[in-house]
Amino acid sequence: MRASRGRLVLDVRKPLARLGANVVNGIWRLGSMARFFGLVLASSGTSFSRFRLVMREVYFSGVLSLIIIIVSGLFIGMVLGLQGYQTLQRYGATESIGVLVALALVRELGPVVSAILFAARAGSAITAEIGLMKTTEQLSAMDMMAVSPMARVIAPRFWAGIISMPILSLLFSAMGVFGGYLVGVVIIGVDNGAFWSQMQAAVDFRYDVLNGLVKAFVFGIAVTVVATFEGYSAPPTAEGVSGATTRTVVTSALMILLLDFVLTAFMLRADH
Amino acid sequence: MERTTIDLWFGAFVTAGFVALLVLALKVGNLGGGTQATETYRVEGRFDNIGGLKVRGPVRSAGVLVGRVADIHFDNERYQAQVTLALDKKYSFPKDTTASILTSGLLGETYVGLDAGGDDKKLASGDRIAITQSAVVLEKLIGQFLFSKAQDSGSSAPAPAPAAAAKK
Amino acid sequence: MRPLSPQFPPVPEDTLVDIQSVTFSYGRRAILKGISMRVPRGKVVAIMGASGSGKTTLLRIIGGQLKPTKGAARVAGHAVHELDSEGLYRMRRKMSMLFQFGALFTDLSVFENVAFPLREHTRLPEPMIRDLVLMKLEAVGMRGAHRLKPAELSGGMARRVALARAVVLDPLLVMYDEPFAGLDPIALAVIGQLIRKLNDALGSTSIIVTHDVLESLQIVDYLYFISDGVIVGEGTPEEIKRSELPYVRQFVHGEIDGPVPFHYPAKPYAVDAGLAGAPRA
Repeated sequence: MRASRGRLVLDVRKPLARLGANVVNGIWRLGSMARFFGLVLASSGTSFSRFRLVMREVYFSGVLSLIIIIVSGLFIGMVLGLQGYQTLQRYGATESIGVLVALALVRELGPVVSAILFAARAGSAITAEIGLMKTTEQLSAMDMMAVSPMARVIAPRFWAGIISMPILSLLFSAMGVFGGYLVGVVIIGVDNGAFWSQMQAAVDFRYDVLNGLVKAFVFGIAVTVVATFEGYSAPPTAEGVSGATTRTVVTSALMILLLDFVLTAFMLRADH
Repeated sequence: MERTTIDLWFGAFVTAGFVALLVLALKVGNLGGGTQATETYRVEGRFDNIGGLKVRGPVRSAGVLVGRVADIHFDNERYQAQVTLALDKKYSFPKDTTASILTSGLLGETYVGLDAGGDDKKLASGDRIAITQSAVVLEKLIGQFLFSKAQDSGSSAPAPAPAAAAKK
Repeated sequence: MRPLSPQFPPVPEDTLVDIQSVTFSYGRRAILKGISMRVPRGKVVAIMGASGSGKTTLLRIIGGQLKPTKGAARVAGHAVHELDSEGLYRMRRKMSMLFQFGALFTDLSVFENVAFPLREHTRLPEPMIRDLVLMKLEAVGMRGAHRLKPAELSGGMARRVALARAVVLDPLLVMYDEPFAGLDPIALAVIGQLIRKLNDALGSTSIIVTHDVLESLQIVDYLYFISDGVIVGEGTPEEIKRSELPYVRQFVHGEIDGPVPFHYPAKPYAVDAGLAGAPRA
């Protein structure tokens, strides 16, 4: 509100202008990210000829994320078991608890939740690391030593993310099913045989497991592109890097959910 | 970090991934159980209504899984459903076997139940099951029940028309 | 060498770096406004000036990280900004830069940091790399620390390791971006001596961007003073000490006011203080 010659006038123009600027900024960022993605792919030669660089990054992004993925997967599976049992009991269909847990995990929760967790743990770490290297001029120094930072620093982290993400998603789903088994069969007492046989009849390897894997792969690309881009383009200050880290998690999460919708719509066909 | 330790972790990580994939494929999914590994022979059956039967649904006899539904087709001339069953070669059935569409429980899955007849001759690959029983459609059952009730009481109340064709 | 245009005087053959009327603007802000200087082979040259005068930009132009808006920086006869990526790659293998605060790779040990250029650009066997690295570390006095990580080093030590890394390939040209910044007197003297001694021992050429007058006057062969994008003075250390040029005097003697004003540009004080008769802002 702005006082103008004694009268109060509600100024809508500023917030609207800011909104417009934010949208335009967002689109511009997306374009820069796409161009960055192209550059990363072009610099990927070293990642394959010196695979040890990638392996090292797989350790830091993938292996170190194992704990959070496994624990989360287990607990989500257990919660699905509990919640599902409650509702299925009303229709006398408690033996289908395995179906519910397995399908929910393999199709959706496995890829999506593990991708979001990966973005939060590994993605933010990648952004912070690259941002810090930029701030302390390590990337510049590498450039001056005639070593391409894209090839040596960025691309290996990108490929490591693509390798790690599907593996983490599979582990998440497997742990989740185990969690559902723990709750359903071990604790509640649903019949072991029925639990597994109904699940096996309902979960199709091609349509469910493989599609879930495709999703995880796509999410892996999205998260790593966002993480490396934000780190590389972070302003070389403390606030710049911390802002970039937050943006990585938020942007990754939004992209994951959006891509999930697109992929799911694409993958769900008529009853098979 | 030592170079060899990283190699070890990387290998272990990728192996864990493969193991998880195998578990999901075999224990959770339908690649295991040998349903595609065993040899099968095909027989056909025509049904007026297959209810909620789906491809890859089970075929049971005396409650035991003996095969899977291989294909479901709509016969445009007879206006019937044509179902192809893939039966395990281990099991042979007489030619006068009955095939019925049943449900295991109220909300359970739909399956094809086979009741063996008494014929000496057995069903061979490509044969057609002559006697079939379609799925019980709940609405039709209710309609019949109300209709018979109305007849019993001898009232002049108009009998309710049978419910519309089942949609499942 | 390409034939020079008539406006440039003939260049002596022993010039390694030739800056010809380099102009650089960032958007509409002009940072360098026509700088010309020459760095002879084997010499140590200092570029001095206040913060923000464009010294570091000049270094980046020489190194090929920035392209000049006008003019050219030539190293060994080649205009750096006209090189393709292959040419730039080869050029950068013969020059090196010591960044402010060192810019050591934090995930590698001291040894690995110094070995980095060797591993990336040569196919020398491991034992030879080890010998070279330890030799360079010995020259800067950091051989004993070769297993440490950069985080475990003090500022002065980190900078010495970075120096070892900068000279490990025996470059033709070494550029130093504020090598004395933030160092205690001892470390400062060490770095200064190392810059001079390594330059002479390796037969390379050095350009130091700094605002440390005392140390520079002791170790360099020639100095250039840059203010507001132009060269305002140059000379040997003796000439500079005796110079009467206003900017050089202010810089060398550390005077508070002079060509570089004390007050940030502002409206008259009366306006801000709201004194009677002055219009409100």
